[in-house]
Amino acid sequence: MKLPVQLLIGAVLSVFFVAAALLSFIWVPHDVATLTISDKLQGPSPTYWLGTDHLGRDTLSMLMVGARTSIAVAIVAVGIGMAVGVPLGLMAAANRGSLIDEIIMRGNDLIFAFPSLVIAILITAVFGPSAVNAILAIGIFNIPVFARVTRGGALSIWTLDYILAARVAGKGRVRISVEHILPNILNLLIVQGTIQFSLGILAEAALSYVGLGAQPPTPSWGRMLAEAQTMIFTDARLAILPGLAIVAMVLGLNLMGDGLRDLTDPRVRRARA
Amino acid sequence: MLRFALTRFVSLTLSLLIASLVIFAVIEVIPGDPARYMLGINASEDAVAALREQLGLNDSLALRYLDWLGGMLTGDFGLSYTYKVPVSELVMQRLWVSLPLALYALALSTLIAIPVGLIAAARRGSAADYSIMGATQLGIAVPNFWFAMLLVLIFAVTLRWFSAGGFPGWDAGFWLGVKSLTLPAFALALPQASILARVMRSALIETLGEDYIRTARAKGLSRRQATVRHALRNAMIPVLTIIGLQFSFLLAGAIIIENVFYLPGLGRLIFQGITQRDLIVVESLVMLLVFAVILVTFLVDVAYAAVDPRLRRGR
Amino acid sequence: MIGLESLSLSIHGTPILRDIDLSIAPGKVTGLVGESGSGKSMTALAIMGLLPNGSDVSGAVRLGDENLLNVSERRLCDIRGNRIGMIFQEPMTALNPVKTIGDQVAETLLIHGRAERREARRIAGEKLARVGLGHMPLTRFPHELSGGQRQRVAIAMAIALHPELLIADEPTTALDVTTQAQILDLLNEIVDEEGMSLLLITHDLAVVAGMADHVAVMKEGEIVEQDATEPLFRNMNHPYTKALFAASSHQPDRKPLPVTDAILTADAVVRDYPTARPSLFAPPGRFRAVNEVSFTLGKGESLGLVGESGCGKSTLTRAILGLDPIQGGRITAFEREVGPDFPNALRAGIQVVFQDPYGSFNPRWTVERLVSEPFHLMPSPPKDRRARVAEALTDVGIDPSAMDRYIHEFSGGQRQRIAIARALITKPDLIVLDEAVSALDVSVRAQVLDLIARLQAEHGLSYIFISHDLSVVRSITDRVMVMRAGEIVEEGVTETVFTDPQHDYTRTLIAATPRIPDDWQEDGQHA
Repeated sequence: MKLPVQLLIGAVLSVFFVAAALLSFIWVPHDVATLTISDKLQGPSPTYWLGTDHLGRDTLSMLMVGARTSIAVAIVAVGIGMAVGVPLGLMAAANRGSLIDEIIMRGNDLIFAFPSLVIAILITAVFGPSAVNAILAIGIFNIPVFARVTRGGALSIWTLDYILAARVAGKGRVRISVEHILPNILNLLIVQGTIQFSLGILAEAALSYVGLGAQPPTPSWGRMLAEAQTMIFTDARLAILPGLAIVAMVLGLNLMGDGLRDLTDPRVRRARA
Repeated sequence: MLRFALTRFVSLTLSLLIASLVIFAVIEVIPGDPARYMLGINASEDAVAALREQLGLNDSLALRYLDWLGGMLTGDFGLSYTYKVPVSELVMQRLWVSLPLALYALALSTLIAIPVGLIAAARRGSAADYSIMGATQLGIAVPNFWFAMLLVLIFAVTLRWFSAGGFPGWDAGFWLGVKSLTLPAFALALPQASILARVMRSALIETLGEDYIRTARAKGLSRRQATVRHALRNAMIPVLTIIGLQFSFLLAGAIIIENVFYLPGLGRLIFQGITQRDLIVVESLVMLLVFAVILVTFLVDVAYAAVDPRLRRGR
Repeated sequence: MIGLESLSLSIHGTPILRDIDLSIAPGKVTGLVGESGSGKSMTALAIMGLLPNGSDVSGAVRLGDENLLNVSERRLCDIRGNRIGMIFQEPMTALNPVKTIGDQVAETLLIHGRAERREARRIAGEKLARVGLGHMPLTRFPHELSGGQRQRVAIAMAIALHPELLIADEPTTALDVTTQAQILDLLNEIVDEEGMSLLLITHDLAVVAGMADHVAVMKEGEIVEQDATEPLFRNMNHPYTKALFAASSHQPDRKPLPVTDAILTADAVVRDYPTARPSLFAPPGRFRAVNEVSFTLGKGESLGLVGESGCGKSTLTRAILGLDPIQGGRITAFEREVGPDFPNALRAGIQVVFQDPYGSFNPRWTVERLVSEPFHLMPSPPKDRRARVAEALTDVGIDPSAMDRYIHEFSGGQRQRIAIARALITKPDLIVLDEAVSALDVSVRAQVLDLIARLQAEHGLSYIFISHDLSVVRSITDRVMVMRAGEIVEEGVTETVFTDPQHDYTRTLIAATPRIPDDWQEDGQHA
């Protein structure tokens, strides 16, 4: 009924953008590095399917390469969040109530007090703007998100009897965390990963839009919007297309995340049974 | 209750101290010599030395940190290097744009989301529920600054109901000010309202499945009465968390949205600070933003205890 | 006055109830017994009109001259709480955590327009006093009350308007035996004094035997037999009733093994927990969960440990298993001190079976991996791993082909067998059975008890059998210890302790345990 449809639409949209981004490595309709000023601000045509911008660059090609930037930033940021946050969360849960737990959780709270925009501002103020800053800022913000989800999920599993059974079998905290806890919270992490991925795309667009992310000449959806803003009275198309790309990609990821959650959440499954 | 608030207040103060250390370290320690950084590579030695003197960079790190901290406590954020005026003055002017904008958006978001979430949960599975869920799914996916551009396109460029941007100042009249903040506030609020409405809906649905709802129904409460009298308050607990989190998103969002509407708020100040390497301005503003977020977290914690009696006995 | 006439129910097409005929006489207690999934709770919800979505119900529920299946939802709201009250199994979650108990009781009156706010609160106070909570301020929140007290609040809410019928769905299942006795007494008293009818739903034959005037036995959505209580127990016309009865008083066939030297000794064991700080800057408080407990367990012996929840049984278990450090005394097993540093090779000699057949297994592991997990205790896993797992599974009556399946494919009883197989795999000398049969339905429980008795005889095992259920402990142990508030108050040969208890607390426990009168069983059902 509703469940597979949602997952399907989400997966199709996500795969579409990932494929477009991958395709851009080997082929784009027009090279985005060459400026053809004579062809500037053209509407859609057989040559330029989605038209050109104020520097005569092909909008479709820009969107394809921009997808690459967005996806790369978001994926690496999720990777940072998971690589640091998940072990921290597992460690905090395994030592519940101890000093380590307290330090990790208070550290989390502290990072939560810095929205990714603020982290980006701090980094940029010192190191100057770049796509790497965007990755770092979003990635750091992801760390406490994953640490919390991991800890919460892990704590509920630590109370179960099979953990006691494993302890009776002489297993230590690390081994139990890896063998018993991690596999059983994997679905939580996958769902959260999808959500953070889509939030990462949104954050990257916002950072690039205000100039804290990818720098010229690297095309990115956020920067395309920033450039289009000055021309909004003359050519609204340039302001609409990148936005639609962001919406479609994020929508796809969110639908996929919700679908995955419904698929793996035993409560939802039971309700459907 | 008092003890709970007190405990949270202690941790608020600690968080602020640590946050200030982090910010101080990033801005004043990592660049090496902030004076040289601010003046650029081509600056003369004399100019650098003069600025070092003015910024007090010749003192020890600990002293500089304490100086900065003490300054902030007394409202002295230092002198802006580019504007040559006290940062506190700059901030106060701009705060009167950004803070009302964030609060306006928060109010809109809450006022829209709670009834919408309530309707969706109460009519779970109905056409109304499906349309609300579809609309919010879309709302979450829309970047607020792009949505702001669309609003400008529709209401300023096409319909000409609002001006495309700018802020006349509160002196020009309260309603004029509110009007010029309305499009930005909506642009900020709708994506957040989508999230909040979904949280409200799922929290309410979860609460409606609790045993005490069945007990209430067994007492003779109708479905509606049970929802209003028993489910709503329990469902507010997760909703409060999200409202608290949203404030920091809205504040950050406000900074970005100001760019779309050319509003003279903190955002413009902070981005000018970055391009002009005015570290003093950046440092103070970042601290101010972090302070706001931590303060809201504290308020949410206290609000929790007001809603949930189980939390009132400390932790 | 309330009559169910050929009540049938299906939910999303699955048949749940079939042709239920039951009349609930005024002023009497009607008992509805059956195992889990027999449809007893659904019968109650059908009377209340609170069935889940997707229910398709037919027949009639007669109250006065109305059929409650046909009246409007509005009318049902008038009836619920007013003419029919209901209490549920789980007192911990049945009350709204953010409202005071006074408000929740008063709400019954307010919602039916029977009193103004002030008056409603006064009556709420009276009703709370009526259920034995007269000392309790109305401004208390549910989390400040114990389980038994919360169940009393639930009763006060349900009887606030003198309903004609009170439905109690497993009202004491989640409670300790002494609390259960008090709640059952209270229900009896209310029925007598207020002249209301009680529909008592339970899985426990002994509870209905002591409470009900009329009993109906349910199985798979049907009432297989109903009669006045005493004749029903004396005759037991239906084979299912007989089987249920036999299972609930089942005595596994076992002979005490010759007990040789001690394999485990506890000497003045103390276990403290830190509690919340009394004030912000004070050191954390301490709670003594186990207080100077001493005992000896011989090889081949079966030692029972009984006590109510919170008495320290589980804490003691964890200490015996060497999972938690102890703060005083000594536990010795196989002549080594037990604790976090207990060597793995010796740990293999002490294994455990837990209560919850659902939480005891990692859902993502195969049965083979689950059962062989204790091999981790050995310096190197045995070469014939699969053969050893197969052997253990066969031993507990599970087909070895189950090895490559996952745990969700097994029933609760099968899971407990697999848990026993896991405990057997290292060929231990001692198995700790922590409420190992408590979550099982009576018929399955009887089979698992037989298995436990057989394994002991075959392998010369020692058991520590921990349970809140006195009758089970009596049937499977040689010696028993009674624990209360962290201390062993009485210890002795099982039969002696049960027939001639010395300590007041033991007497209270035994007296509180519901039982079927002996002279009802003259027809040879006694095992």
